[in-house]
Amino acid sequence: MSDLGLRLRQNAYLLSVIVLFALVYLLYHAAHPKGFSSAVLVQNSNEVFSLAMLAMAQTIPVLMGGLDLSVGAVMTLVDCLASHLLVGTTTQIALGVLACLVTGALAGFVNGCVVVYGRIQPIIATLATGAIYIGLALFLRPTPGGKLDEDINWAMTNALDDFVGTVGLFSDGLPAWFRPIAGVPTSLVLLVLVATLIWVPFRRSVTGRAVYAIGSSEQAAYMSGLDINRAKLTAFTLAGLLAGIGGLFLAIQTSSGNADIPQAGGYTLSSIASVVIGGTSLLGGSGSAIGSIFGTAVLKVISFNFRIFDIAPLLQPMFEGLVLLSAISLGALRMLRVKNQLELFR
Amino acid sequence: MDQFLVLTGVSKRYGGVRALDNVDFACNRGEVHAVLGENGAGKSTLIKTIAGVVQPDAGTMTLQGRPLSLRTPQAANDAGIVCIFQELSLLPDLSVADNISIARPPRRFGLIDLRAQRRRAEELLAGIGCEDVNPMMRVRDLPLSRRQMVEIAKALGKNPRLLILDEATSALTSADVERVYAMLARLKAAGIAVLYISHRMHEIEALADRLSVFRNGRHIETFGRGERSPDQIVQLMIGREISAQFPPKPPRTAAPKMLEISDLSWEDRLHGVSLSVGRGEIVGLGGLDGQGQKELLLALFGVLKRVSGEIRIDGQRQAIGSPADAMRAGRQNGAHTGGGIALVPEDRKTEGLMLPMSIAENLVIASLAALSSGPFMNRGRERVAVTDAIARLRIKVGRDSDAVHTLSGGNQQKVVIAKWLMTHPAVILLNDPTRGIDVGTKQEIYRLLRELADQGAAILFYSTDYDELIGSCDRVAILYDGRIVRELEGSALTEQSIIAASLNLSQTEPAHV
Repeated sequence: MSDLGLRLRQNAYLLSVIVLFALVYLLYHAAHPKGFSSAVLVQNSNEVFSLAMLAMAQTIPVLMGGLDLSVGAVMTLVDCLASHLLVGTTTQIALGVLACLVTGALAGFVNGCVVVYGRIQPIIATLATGAIYIGLALFLRPTPGGKLDEDINWAMTNALDDFVGTVGLFSDGLPAWFRPIAGVPTSLVLLVLVATLIWVPFRRSVTGRAVYAIGSSEQAAYMSGLDINRAKLTAFTLAGLLAGIGGLFLAIQTSSGNADIPQAGGYTLSSIASVVIGGTSLLGGSGSAIGSIFGTAVLKVISFNFRIFDIAPLLQPMFEGLVLLSAISLGALRMLRVKNQLELFR
Repeated sequence: MDQFLVLTGVSKRYGGVRALDNVDFACNRGEVHAVLGENGAGKSTLIKTIAGVVQPDAGTMTLQGRPLSLRTPQAANDAGIVCIFQELSLLPDLSVADNISIARPPRRFGLIDLRAQRRRAEELLAGIGCEDVNPMMRVRDLPLSRRQMVEIAKALGKNPRLLILDEATSALTSADVERVYAMLARLKAAGIAVLYISHRMHEIEALADRLSVFRNGRHIETFGRGERSPDQIVQLMIGREISAQFPPKPPRTAAPKMLEISDLSWEDRLHGVSLSVGRGEIVGLGGLDGQGQKELLLALFGVLKRVSGEIRIDGQRQAIGSPADAMRAGRQNGAHTGGGIALVPEDRKTEGLMLPMSIAENLVIASLAALSSGPFMNRGRERVAVTDAIARLRIKVGRDSDAVHTLSGGNQQKVVIAKWLMTHPAVILLNDPTRGIDVGTKQEIYRLLRELADQGAAILFYSTDYDELIGSCDRVAILYDGRIVRELEGSALTEQSIIAASLNLSQTEPAHV
């Protein structure tokens, strides 16, 4: 079989998710009164960004065969922290952003330590640490509030021409090469940057390889001489960092901080749904964060369409459930080929 | 002599079992050294010790004269010791190229260099004649024989100075076996030491420069190629050991057939197996580990899908698609119990028992329909059944409400057996039921099996212990590569003949004992 054919076959599921998303999203734009405009794209991209970060974060423990119930809590913690720190001079804001990212990574590192050194399953370890992070978030923001720097909100949540305008680039007029991309949402660019500058290198690092190996068969990974503990610590730290980026953006987007417990839980569950729709196996070993981004996109585009078409909004959770169920059913098809029924239960 | 690795006085215990007992062993550069022994002779533990998977309790190892201590498989690899394990160490979800370079991938700017990794995989695969394997394929999508070759390529990629092959050819096609032979010849010429573990006598005759025989964890003898005849080697493997006490066998009579299997095949593990077990007969399944014995029992119990062939109980053809079907097979219409097939599985801790549940709950778990009235359990009948079972098998329990994992291994196994006897099966399948069990309980199990046979059950019994097959079975069928190669009974049922048939040697003149 040719390499291209092999690649297509191995990624058939992800491709079909992308096609599904593209079709539904085109439908949305076609029906939208201001369809195919930069403004609609910006709005959609901003809505997707934080959940996409959480879904990427969630992908990593899922690839190792676990679940991270603290991604929503880490997001909320960083959100509340950012609402205090992202004010003042440019230097102060830059340091604030750095502090937020470090906090996210640190929360992930703590998760990793509990899992590795406490020998506790990720799902229960992160249930506990997640409650702690929410507690810290409540301590930082007992009631919703705070006021972020207005410029950073404007720069990050609009199109690229607003971004360059705010930071003062091209003050003597936009260059010709920039004009075609002037309307691209800044948050979409940021999403692509995170995917290419964090995920792609991770996927090709030795640690990234080890993460897939652990989910595929932890025993064989050990027998192959991989450093499993280091891989797990790094993986959880990275997951924390990604969740932290999600929290940072949420604070910038809402210009305030809010230790909203139901929202944290909802984001965590949606991140798991996104990962599954994106084609990552809950058993671990196969899938990718790129898939999870498209999983998020599919989940979100459903709610976009509810706003456009005259469907009772109360039906939305049911539709999201049906999409999730069909994604899982596709994944379960391989079980039909199992010939030793004991393997079904392993 | 150019000694590469030397073991002195190495011992390893697992609980009460001496897996390695004061072993002295050496292997030389540029030589293929075969290690022989029965199941449980200590070969695997020897390999695992050398490969850094287990740490010996006593003794020392030296590598080219320098003392060596291996805490992990990685440490062994660093010392140039590379093992191709019997259980594949491949990661099914990763690609062939990923797997081959898993431990030390080629890197560029700190990241894995996918092109270089792919070239490396192509070179290594070409070196063993596997150009047909695309390095981008997922290992999961490869057939077993190809996976084994990938495993070999992965090992060669680590530039071994000592290469260990543990049954590495068992899943290979004959063309691949030739390629492996050629590769071993090249390694030998390059001065690499090779340790070769195989049950295939003709392979060993073709390959090994030096042979070592192990028995009961002890190193018995090492000799050069051609210094011992196959018969003598088999004798060394058996030795003379104290055997357990077995109940007397009744005289052989022509019993009506209870279980008839004809032409059973499944995947590439069972090939046209035909066998019958009479009422009151105990038939053993013998042969080396992994020749299809377990699959045969699982197929009869409905665990395997798409099994071809025919299974009859009491003359009636049965369609068995699940363990629940198997338990009902041959049962009288309307009855809640009796008849049917029971399987005492291989691993009592995962397949036999629900470890955290109580002894009583475990005992009745296969008989719930018979012990319930409508949707509810009948507490009275349940109580009686549990008490009877505990008394009948003399299970040593404190309270029957204790969790079953609080029992000793032997008593746990009795619970598994009692649970199945409670279903009053017509056919009883046992998968190595005495493994890891003390001698006293073993004897009780042998007596129980004979008692059940005398009451009319048909028993099919797989054991890795040849003494046990000889002592407790009326007849023994030997499997090799998914086929029954010989059935032995009466005076022909000797350890000598079992081992010869297990190795699929053509029967020569009887050995001189």
